[in-house]
Amino acid sequence: MDSEKVKLKLEHISQSYIVNNQVFDAAVDVSMEVRDSEFLVLLGPGRCGKTILLNMIAGLEKPVDGRILLDGEEIKGSDERIGMVFQKRALMPWKTVMQNVEFGPKIKGMAKEPRREIAQKYINLVGLQGFEKSYPDELSGGMKQRVSIARAYANDPEILLMDEPFGALDAQTRYAMEEEVQRIWETEKRTVIFVTNNIEEALYLADRIVLLSNCPAHVKAVYDVKLPRPRNTIDPEFLRLRREISDNTDLAL
Amino acid sequence: MRIGPSFSLHKEVISMNDSEKAVRQLTNEERIAKVQSEKRKTTFQLAMLSLIGVLAFLLIWQLAVASGFLPSRYVPMPSKVVELFFLKWTDPNPDGAVLGAHIVSSLQVALSGFFLAIAIGVPLGLTMGWFKGFDSFMRPIFEILRPIPPVSWIPITIIWLGLGLKAKAFIVFFSAFVPCVINAYTGIRQTSQTLINVAKICGASNFTTFRTIGIPSAMTMTFAGIRVALGNAWATLVAAEMLAANLGLGYMIQQGRQFARPDIIILGIVVIGTLGVIFTWLLGLVEGKVLGWKK
Ligand SMILES: Nc1ncnc2c1ncn2[C@@H]1O[C@H](COP(=O)(O)OP(=O)(O)O)[C@@H](O)[C@H]1O
Ligand SMILES: [Mg+2]
Repeated sequence: MDSEKVKLKLEHISQSYIVNNQVFDAAVDVSMEVRDSEFLVLLGPGRCGKTILLNMIAGLEKPVDGRILLDGEEIKGSDERIGMVFQKRALMPWKTVMQNVEFGPKIKGMAKEPRREIAQKYINLVGLQGFEKSYPDELSGGMKQRVSIARAYANDPEILLMDEPFGALDAQTRYAMEEEVQRIWETEKRTVIFVTNNIEEALYLADRIVLLSNCPAHVKAVYDVKLPRPRNTIDPEFLRLRREISDNTDLAL
Repeated sequence: MRIGPSFSLHKEVISMNDSEKAVRQLTNEERIAKVQSEKRKTTFQLAMLSLIGVLAFLLIWQLAVASGFLPSRYVPMPSKVVELFFLKWTDPNPDGAVLGAHIVSSLQVALSGFFLAIAIGVPLGLTMGWFKGFDSFMRPIFEILRPIPPVSWIPITIIWLGLGLKAKAFIVFFSAFVPCVINAYTGIRQTSQTLINVAKICGASNFTTFRTIGIPSAMTMTFAGIRVALGNAWATLVAAEMLAANLGLGYMIQQGRQFARPDIIILGIVVIGTLGVIFTWLLGLVEGKVLGWKK
């Protein structure tokens, strides 16, 4: 694959809401390019508009202004080439792990056998074999996020959006999951747009980092992270980039 | 694998104590057996206490009447009620029907009204809660009908439908219908936006999302509503039968008053109470099946 090929393009995206009878700008003139098969991290302070950006890419809400192009064509509404992993509470508690993972293919009307096969493949990929019949309430936070990731993959998306998927996990589990997601991304190459407010997480995972400002969100800077993987978090270059980004980051209000 | 470290820690603490006292550690099987038998013992003790409570209540009642502390003309002895219970299966006096006939009649009314309320109320509440347009359309009518006490329908129902099954079932229906609608409505309104988004991203249409995400999300609340509906149905049934009927447990109680037979009244109350308990229990079984994932 041509890694310089642009997969997704945001052109002058803006989003506003009416809050208390006043117009509230959540994002202003956001433009960026996402390359094919890259791991792009959207980094920004809390409540700066990261989720809103992802929701617009996922077609869950319409931007007030601007266009989103996938493979050069404008997309409107949800597109089955785009999948998403949410921060938390995104599993159906009344469905088992298997039923959660096969949900997408089932909705598309795939027959039971092939969809079970696909679901099983991704359950294995995220390391949850043996838990197919468990219910989400019986799983730890990290395991739940693994199920969410498996479910997103089972839809076979070309672009995977991840909205602070590890934000609700404890530090130890979070490190483990970061390694996991990198391993999965290397086995099943997709374009990933990963949202976080954690600089270290961003540097550990990203090919490129798009740094967002405080609300209303706009692009402050883009960083190319050329460090070899898996990344060494105490490597001098890693620490230098970390300081550079940190100095450039708006403080969350 | 996660419980590994804490478990061994626990063991260490025990063995420290043990080394002092030199007590033998329990094997795995013994430990399980011990915990289980303790649990069983507690369960048994609590069940016995409940039983003793009921028996003590009956005994005090019996003694109070037998000793003349309570006048037997107004308060029948429990033993007499039990006697009457067996007699009443074959003896239609003084109210004109045997106990079985009253029970069957009441059950017919209560269950037809109750099930009709579920069959109409739950789908109505779910669709109103999900589809905004339908909600705006239905809501004014529902809001007007909602606060009307079910028993106030009795007179007009008698004019429309007479004293038969249909009339009483309609009144029961109305009392059970309102909680079915309200809870299904509230339940589906509380569907998590994240889950709705999950379905959308998987390419689900609004109707598919309603079916696969909305309805299951609403089930807990809906069942709570059905429970309330069951209680209402049962209560309204008795009220309806006391006002307008010629058969049924409520009618039997009413006749007990006419004939100044408190034993008939008490028997009717006990049977109504017992049937209520049985239905609540059955409903619990169904709920356990449907909401089985909520362990
Ligand atoms: N539908 C909405 N209506 C009004 N305000 C919103 C809406 N969605 C988000 N916001 C506001 O936009 C801001 C950015 O939200 P969000 O994208 O969720 O932040 P984050 O970067 O933490 O994901 C927040 O202040 C939030 O309150
Ligand atoms: Mg967010």
